[in-house]
Amino acid sequence: MTTRRKPGGAAAPGASAPLPDAADIAIIGAGVMGLALAYNLAAAGAKRIVVVDAHYLAWGASGRNGGGLRQQWSTEMNIRLMQESLAICAGFAQEMGINVWMRQGGYLFLARTEATRARLEATIGLQNRCDVPTRLIDLREARALVPELEVHAHGDDDDDGGDGPGFAGACFNPTDAIVFPWPFLWGYARAAQKRGVAIHTATAVNAIERRGNGDFVLQTSKGPLTAARVVNAAGAWSPAVARLCGVDLPDWPERHEILSTEPLKPFLRPMVSVLESGLYFSQSLRGEIVGGITLPGPREREVRLGSRLRFLQAMAAAMIDIMPRLGDVKVVRQWAGPYDMSPDGDPIVGEAPGTPGFYLCCGFVGHGFMMAPVVSRYYARHLLGKETHAFFDVWSAKRFTGGAAGHGGREQMHIG
Amino acid sequence: MSKKVILCRCEDVTLTDVQRAVASGWSDLEEVKRYTGFGTGPCQGKECLRGVALAIAEASGRAPAAMHAFTTRPPLVPTELKYFARRAAASAGDDDT
Repeated sequence: MTTRRKPGGAAAPGASAPLPDAADIAIIGAGVMGLALAYNLAAAGAKRIVVVDAHYLAWGASGRNGGGLRQQWSTEMNIRLMQESLAICAGFAQEMGINVWMRQGGYLFLARTEATRARLEATIGLQNRCDVPTRLIDLREARALVPELEVHAHGDDDDDGGDGPGFAGACFNPTDAIVFPWPFLWGYARAAQKRGVAIHTATAVNAIERRGNGDFVLQTSKGPLTAARVVNAAGAWSPAVARLCGVDLPDWPERHEILSTEPLKPFLRPMVSVLESGLYFSQSLRGEIVGGITLPGPREREVRLGSRLRFLQAMAAAMIDIMPRLGDVKVVRQWAGPYDMSPDGDPIVGEAPGTPGFYLCCGFVGHGFMMAPVVSRYYARHLLGKETHAFFDVWSAKRFTGGAAGHGGREQMHIG
Repeated sequence: MSKKVILCRCEDVTLTDVQRAVASGWSDLEEVKRYTGFGTGPCQGKECLRGVALAIAEASGRAPAAMHAFTTRPPLVPTELKYFARRAAASAGDDDT
């Protein structure tokens, strides 16, 4: 694992350095979104950018996710955004001088019900028109792609399809990918620091005050920071951060759990996912099988990161159900990370209604990691007044207060 | 004979790797775990945590007593998935660790 622990000498953000007094833009949250935004701002020539985070790099959801990058979405805007994001990820290692363990093995989605299969079919035409080569396939072809899968069509109980419940169909896009998430944080952090960004981990924001001239004063555990503009990129913690500024956001945290097995010889190329249960797993370049499943539960107000036996049981059953030989594979650890859920499944971006200068970049519903490379690029241009993107209209927080249209056809491809 | 000192056998993390991590500014066990990958293999830190903690303490000048172990993750030992496989409905309840 040599390449993993020599990521080009990424400098640790200054937990001990003194916090600057003032910033043009203060970003709250040193996850991939905040760091990538800081990098893109600095790369565009912006000065006096400060990123603060209560914890260390990779502590939050950016360090806890499954590293999936997919272009199989149901709206053209999201498909095109993810095509661009994937292209940025593909060039990231060279551009940043850091190995991100990217593997373009595709995404294989399995549909239990005819309704889900029909929904997939409806999205594939749009994906194809955007040059994403997704194909609707039958279970035989799914088994050809992943011979270890024991899945069969409803009513087709042949020998090689296993004896679990059947499936209605599947789809496969060979150009979707997985990455190892942590080096993205180190890469963006180091590149941002090189361009003058101050990154302060172990720096909690305890209060946000507003001066008469419109400036914000962040009262942090390392002293006050005055900022002309503030970006809330705190992910699942963003509603709590917004409350410090008197802003009520409609997003909420949802615990999702994930596990990793012992490393195995490479055998599994695509990410495999069952749409109805939210089951997904892939084989990392380290050889581990990494994946999760959606567990229904009551809506929580605070972020909770405990691990549950209930998850391990459901996940093990679901994995073995479609790939029985995984039963003999050992799980080595499980952990949890928070999704930042929004009421309609779309992110929340732009200025908070009624609080000019307080920008939102949250509500990404478990897709923040894969979208950060592209969203941060357009967000930086937007903040610098250079260019905007349609997502600032579609994803505006004004849609929750009746002031924006949204796009009328909500994204349907929410998995896990 | 090689002068390489292996601190984490599962992930091949050496003393030099840990010293380099500290020199790069990472000094917390959680950070060094992520940066080097130590403690993420089959032993999950049971063999290597102390050694790495001491190496960090020596390289950074921090007191070992002031350092906190990284979060322990279930299961206790690597365990075959088949022993856990139960349908979610069969065992609801609050079993947070």
